[in-house]
Amino acid sequence: MNNNETTTKNEMAPPKSSIGVPGWLKQNLFSNWWNTLLTIIFTVITIYVVKGTFTWVFFTAEWSVVSENFKLLMVGQYPDEELWRVWTALSIFTALVGISWGVWKGTMGHVSIFLGVVMAITMVVPFIAVGSRIWLAANIGLLVLGFAIGKQSEKLKKPVLVGWFLLVPIGMFFIEGFGLLNEVSTNFWGGFLLTCLIAIISIIASFPIGILLALGRRSNLPIIKWFSIIYIELIRGIPLITVLFVAQLMLPLFLGDTIELDKVLRAMIGFTLFNAAYLAENVRGGLQSLPRGQYEAAQALGLNKAKMMTFVIMPQALKAVIPAMVGQFISIFKDTVLVSIVGLIDLLGMAKKIIANPQFLGTQMESFVFVAFVFFMICYLMSYVSRRLERSLGVGER
Amino acid sequence: MKKDIADVPTPFWRNKKVIPFLAQGIFAVIIAISLLFLFSNALDGLRQMGISLGFDFLKSSASFGISESLIDYTPESSYGTAFLVGVLNTLRVSFFGIIIASLIGLVVGISRLSNNWLVNKTASIYVEIFRNTPLLVQISIWYFAVFLPLPRIEESTRFLFSYFSNRGSAIPWFQATSGTLVWVLLFAVGVIASVIVWKLRLKKQIETGENKRPGVWAIGVVILSLVIAFLATFQAPFNITLPTVEGRSFMGGLRLSPEFLAILLGLVIYTSTYIGEIVRGGIQSVQKGQVEAAKALGLKPSTTMRLVIFPQAIRVIIPPVTSQYLNLIKNSSLAIAVGYQEVVSVGETINNQTGKAIESVTIMILVYLTFSLLTSFFMNQFNKRSQIVER
Repeated sequence: MNNNETTTKNEMAPPKSSIGVPGWLKQNLFSNWWNTLLTIIFTVITIYVVKGTFTWVFFTAEWSVVSENFKLLMVGQYPDEELWRVWTALSIFTALVGISWGVWKGTMGHVSIFLGVVMAITMVVPFIAVGSRIWLAANIGLLVLGFAIGKQSEKLKKPVLVGWFLLVPIGMFFIEGFGLLNEVSTNFWGGFLLTCLIAIISIIASFPIGILLALGRRSNLPIIKWFSIIYIELIRGIPLITVLFVAQLMLPLFLGDTIELDKVLRAMIGFTLFNAAYLAENVRGGLQSLPRGQYEAAQALGLNKAKMMTFVIMPQALKAVIPAMVGQFISIFKDTVLVSIVGLIDLLGMAKKIIANPQFLGTQMESFVFVAFVFFMICYLMSYVSRRLERSLGVGER
Repeated sequence: MKKDIADVPTPFWRNKKVIPFLAQGIFAVIIAISLLFLFSNALDGLRQMGISLGFDFLKSSASFGISESLIDYTPESSYGTAFLVGVLNTLRVSFFGIIIASLIGLVVGISRLSNNWLVNKTASIYVEIFRNTPLLVQISIWYFAVFLPLPRIEESTRFLFSYFSNRGSAIPWFQATSGTLVWVLLFAVGVIASVIVWKLRLKKQIETGENKRPGVWAIGVVILSLVIAFLATFQAPFNITLPTVEGRSFMGGLRLSPEFLAILLGLVIYTSTYIGEIVRGGIQSVQKGQVEAAKALGLKPSTTMRLVIFPQAIRVIIPPVTSQYLNLIKNSSLAIAVGYQEVVSVGETINNQTGKAIESVTIMILVYLTFSLLTSFFMNQFNKRSQIVER
């Protein structure tokens, strides 16, 4: 007791040298001769690189290659008079993000703010058409409105989830037409729009196949088990580009004259088959992480195998591997650029096409850096979300 | 009553012994029918185009050029040789890629844990930038925006005795002399001897408790072997050749094509970010108590790193690093985008020339599966040695 009091009374302030800016500097940059040396070397390199980058970005680079081809880079050859359909699909997405922000807050809020800031910046850059500016403004409005609505009631959770599930079919309806609107065939899809569509559709389509393969691999029926193992290991053993070649060049041969698929669909099939094998391994990891007691408890409750899987095992297994799956999505999103090798005009393909145009000779760096920047923003956002999810789900912590 | 129920025969579709057979049978039939459908279509299509199935074409002349080859190759060589050239080119870029990426990855991983704020932040910015952009875009930047716009060979950029031009670059390199073999042999003997001496001295040190300086002895033995090598040959182990520009080509030094440099740089930088994160995770996975225990035993920081942290971290690091190595080998197929002719690129050219799509894809798949199996095999051997020996 007494002892305690004396310590509190005589507690000294930390020495001047360990607080404040000089303290921080000493601790983090100059703690010993080795650190000091590193700091000096890295400062020189950093100044050199930052200065070089700054000069290039703001003075040397010819950004007109991006500004003049902005529409091509974003949506490719999509007809101008039908562009409202892409905007509508985007607006539905924005509204859903906004409402989810209101309902769940947290990470969704960060995503919304990111989306809003990107839209706001795009809106004020000088080369954007007036129509696009109006759409962007409306989208920002939707984001805020969605937040306001979502904040009002917790009951919206289920409708919003349903909305997310319906987003892809509705979005596809607007973009493709499905016979009700004027059909915009896949030949006209291009640029960033094509990148996103290939990524999203193959991710969704590979989900059921991946889960079935994961279950198949753990099955005790030998034929099913070996089929799954051979499929998964074969696909994981070969590069994506060979899978794409098979889908692009050999699929028409294998399917014969009976079934005709266009280029974009074939690429999507290739990505789906590829992604399914990787997803299966993720899901299998989740299944293996579950203790046996979960299976036994479900059996003790009298659930049959299908019910046990859908209501007890799968929800837990999938939850455990959400971060791993987001990682897989990021990598499949980045890998979509490979379609430019097999002749599709995605974001990278469009950039290559533009620099082949004599008018934009010598602007390779600007075009590719723009492509890289777009991917960087989205992948960084996704990995940020994945890290937060990991923390909030409490997986990966011991 | 009970007897009655037992007497009712179970219908076969509810019999627990029959169901699995039935299910598998149906599954197998479906798979077989789909495969049959696909292959009969393919055979029909090939017959219509007048292409036969088979690997005989590997013997006929390829009649296309490959600019970089580790073995003798001319357009008159066979398709089989062309594939071999492709495989060797894949191995070449993967081999150097894996070594350099591991080294950079190790440095990045350790820098991410550095208590120097600037080093730490630089490393994490490096990781974030290069792992969040697609590898193909990075390779395209290196090739189309960095190496191709370099000046022509006559006006190549000079930097540190090296030349950089749009037709390739040349850096100083080692050249073997007549004495190189003797040097290498004696050096190898010296290293083996030094390990033996080090172990003996260490054993004696543990037995007697006196400092027997095993490290000094080991280094002494290696130096002795080098001195003997010099006395035996009276030559340096190798000459260093500096590249020079003569007319429109490089002489001397190691010449590297822009294609090879672009794919190598892309692979190395991309993979090193992943390896860096794995190394960081591995080191962080070692429990704090281990380090504290090592400190309490009075071990130096360097000894703690070498004998306590590293052996435990390596166990966590090896499996994911193996899959990164495999990824690097598979990603080397992106070289097709810049025209470095590795196995997929060669296979594609052959496919375009002959229409032998099924055969070339089969060869590609077999090549990559062999690489995967070999890499996993070696890494598993290494992994076994570093595993915990449990009771």
